[in-house]
Amino acid sequence: MAQNPEELFLEKIEDEIKIEPRDWMPEAYRKTLIRQISQHAHSEIIGMLPEGNWITRAPTLKRKAILLAKVQDEAGHGLYLYAATETLGVSRESTVADLLSGKAKYSSIFNYPTLTWADMGAIGWLVDGAAILNQVMLCRTSYGPYARANIRICKEESFHQRQGFEILLTLSRGTEIQRAMCQDAINRWWWPSLMMFGPKDSESTHSDQSTKWKIKRQSNDELRQRFVDMIAEQVKVLNMQLPDPDLKWNEERRSYDFGEINWEEFWNVVKGNGPCNKERLEARRKAHTDGAWVRDAALAHAEKQKNKQRAA
Amino acid sequence: MLNHVNIFYYGDIPDAGGSASENNKNNFAEVNWPLWEVFIRSKQGLDHKHVGSLHAADAAMAIENARDVYTRRMEGVSIWVVRSEDIHASNPDESGMLYEPANDKVYRHPTFYNIPDSITHM
Repeated sequence: MAQNPEELFLEKIEDEIKIEPRDWMPEAYRKTLIRQISQHAHSEIIGMLPEGNWITRAPTLKRKAILLAKVQDEAGHGLYLYAATETLGVSRESTVADLLSGKAKYSSIFNYPTLTWADMGAIGWLVDGAAILNQVMLCRTSYGPYARANIRICKEESFHQRQGFEILLTLSRGTEIQRAMCQDAINRWWWPSLMMFGPKDSESTHSDQSTKWKIKRQSNDELRQRFVDMIAEQVKVLNMQLPDPDLKWNEERRSYDFGEINWEEFWNVVKGNGPCNKERLEARRKAHTDGAWVRDAALAHAEKQKNKQRAA
Repeated sequence: MLNHVNIFYYGDIPDAGGSASENNKNNFAEVNWPLWEVFIRSKQGLDHKHVGSLHAADAAMAIENARDVYTRRMEGVSIWVVRSEDIHASNPDESGMLYEPANDKVYRHPTFYNIPDSITHM
């Protein structure tokens, strides 16, 4: 029996059959994916900057090698995701151009500064920890190339979180100054990490349709709660505090209650007024501009080699 | 494109405004590195498997980039790269028709045949 393409599409979603690049899909599904995957990619690329800030100042050669490997992974994650975006019919150049022009968004967390070495620990533990919850969910997203990119990312990401926790663990067992540095980093990164899960379910504009299409499979608030429950336990091992006086185990819910997020700050950073928004974009633009001659030279070289082969 | 270095060609320096005039904008229109599909053999004895794609100026660079992007943790012992435009694919809309000939030939499967339980090793 002939079915219209939209019914067929929804049937696949219903039956947990992945949608692949050349399959028919609603235009809004395609658009949502392009926006979400490219934002995810931009976040990986911009996310290299706050940590790149500490590569030359890592306390030991071991930590430096680890941090370099981690930042290189993030470049790789960005590339998997850009490639997934391209399968939806947008060019790499236009996606990158949207980032550089400021049109495209990326995760606001990377608009906060990395002030001390302990921030490398807090980013790995909290920021990557939050990202992992989101990415584990996205391994089951309905669009095949995005799901596969996330599976690849998740395989690599757990080292990121563990190395971060280990940095903080080392500091937490150190001198008084090191312990203070550890606590300070946790204080500064805790709330922005909670904001990473996005607006509350009652206010999120994209979630509803995304859930129906199984792009997202858990709500912002669900993921955020899981994160709080996880971290509230782990912080005990560090002998540190989370900066939330309202954080409290709720026996009835078998979950932690936690305080209200400062949504004004959240929207302010999203709108571009965070502490580092300008700096981050400028760094990307500079890298793009400074790299132009490399891109041109590689093309010229490739062309020359091709001509040589032809002549031979 | 954005924020390109402004190159002034010899004898072609614009009168005013300095940077990119409409005239030389076309010269900046970036020719981009083509897209390549990457296939990796994870170990001897296994097939190459598609792992993703990337941009590179030529095949040699595509292989080097593939090494950096897809084998940072010893995921491969051999890499193939193919220009994406050289790949021909079946049309998913025609898959019904395309695979129809295989659809009604259950006798191609071993379970089609009834063999007494007493027969072993078959």
